[in-house]
Amino acid sequence: MAAEGALTTSGYIIHHLTNLTFGKLPEGFVRYDGSVVGEGGTWTIAHGNEAATMGFWAINLDSMLFSVGLGLFFIWLFRKAATKATAGVPGGLQNFVESIVEFVDDNVKSSFHARNQFVAPLALTIFVWVFLMNLMDLIPVDWIPYLATQLGVPYLKIVPSTDVNVTMGMSLSVFALILYYSLTVKGVGEFIGELTLQPLGKYMIPANLFLEGVNLLAKPVSLGLRLFGNMYAGEMIFILIALLPFWAQWILSVPWAIFHILVITLQAFIFMVLTVVYLSMAHESH
Amino acid sequence: MNINATIIGQAIAFFFFAWFCMKFVWPPVTAALRERQKKIADGLDAAERASRDLELAKEKATQALREGKEQAATIIEQANKRASQIVDEAKDAALAEGDRLKAAAKAEIEQEVNRAREALRAQVAALAVAGAEKILQKSVDKEAQAELVEKLAAEL
Repeated sequence: MAAEGALTTSGYIIHHLTNLTFGKLPEGFVRYDGSVVGEGGTWTIAHGNEAATMGFWAINLDSMLFSVGLGLFFIWLFRKAATKATAGVPGGLQNFVESIVEFVDDNVKSSFHARNQFVAPLALTIFVWVFLMNLMDLIPVDWIPYLATQLGVPYLKIVPSTDVNVTMGMSLSVFALILYYSLTVKGVGEFIGELTLQPLGKYMIPANLFLEGVNLLAKPVSLGLRLFGNMYAGEMIFILIALLPFWAQWILSVPWAIFHILVITLQAFIFMVLTVVYLSMAHESH
Repeated sequence: MNINATIIGQAIAFFFFAWFCMKFVWPPVTAALRERQKKIADGLDAAERASRDLELAKEKATQALREGKEQAATIIEQANKRASQIVDEAKDAALAEGDRLKAAAKAEIEQEVNRAREALRAQVAALAVAGAEKILQKSVDKEAQAELVEKLAAEL
């Protein structure tokens, strides 16, 4: 059940929800094992809640490893299909890739009407990558962390989309694109006008700015937190199910896993569609 | 759940993958899709054209057949007409030839009859003279009686 037999239930849960964080601990910090960090601080792997002390300049190695690994898998697989793509009879892989590409393309075409070469590939990347990251959730929760513990890695969270940094990293990237396209396609004047002159008319500029500002900022926050929340909750339930005796786990874990197939696909799809819609709004002039 | 630099790493990775996808994945796949779409459309077009051609050819064949039949019927009719004409002509010719032959034969017969009659007449005259000679047992002036004999012969 638990990776470390001596752990309590809450310890087990916390262990499963802790990232493998690499960062700098400040001088004089008392570590989890009672040792004191020496002069000038030290770069190390965080144990327990040490990651909180590391501040912003730390990195979740497991999230980065799995998300980049899955991203590389995605581009490798799709690149492989793309190099062999023929207009003749498609093979299995090409068929698979084409059906996804067409699915994404149809979705983009239905909600994005401006001309932009980047949006459809971006949507494809988001859909497949987020799906793959979510898919890690279906690997039984103990397998890989247990293996990692045996190899001397103290923490390993294999589902990158249960890390708020990952989801917010993506949604803030989308936000950057929203701002970029708003400014370049609409122009600065119109973008500012959109933020200040509606919905209450030009005499209520502060109120307009507040409403539209919240509206604008809510986009990346809701986009990132929606994915994070869904995946985190799903993961949490898998962990709770894993606390049951081993012979009873399948009664709950199998239905939840089957249901989760729907959730992970849906979340990937929602992330993609919302990105396309936001970028479409950024391109639309009034 | 600490916000840290992972957020930046993730954003960099995100842009890299999206860029890579735009440059090296999306264009070949969509190009292949478009090309296949075009191929299929062309194929369907060709099939439609072929079926139209077939329809046209069938129509043409039917028409040719009908024309051929009509022509054949005309030719047969003409031939029949010609045949009956030839038969008629032959019949006419045969009739004419028959008439001619009959006329020639008749003429010849008449000629023969006349000749026979002349010969007979001459013989009868001679016989009559000989008979008269015998009856008279005397010489008779042939010259004197020649006129009488002639008259007798003409009466035969």
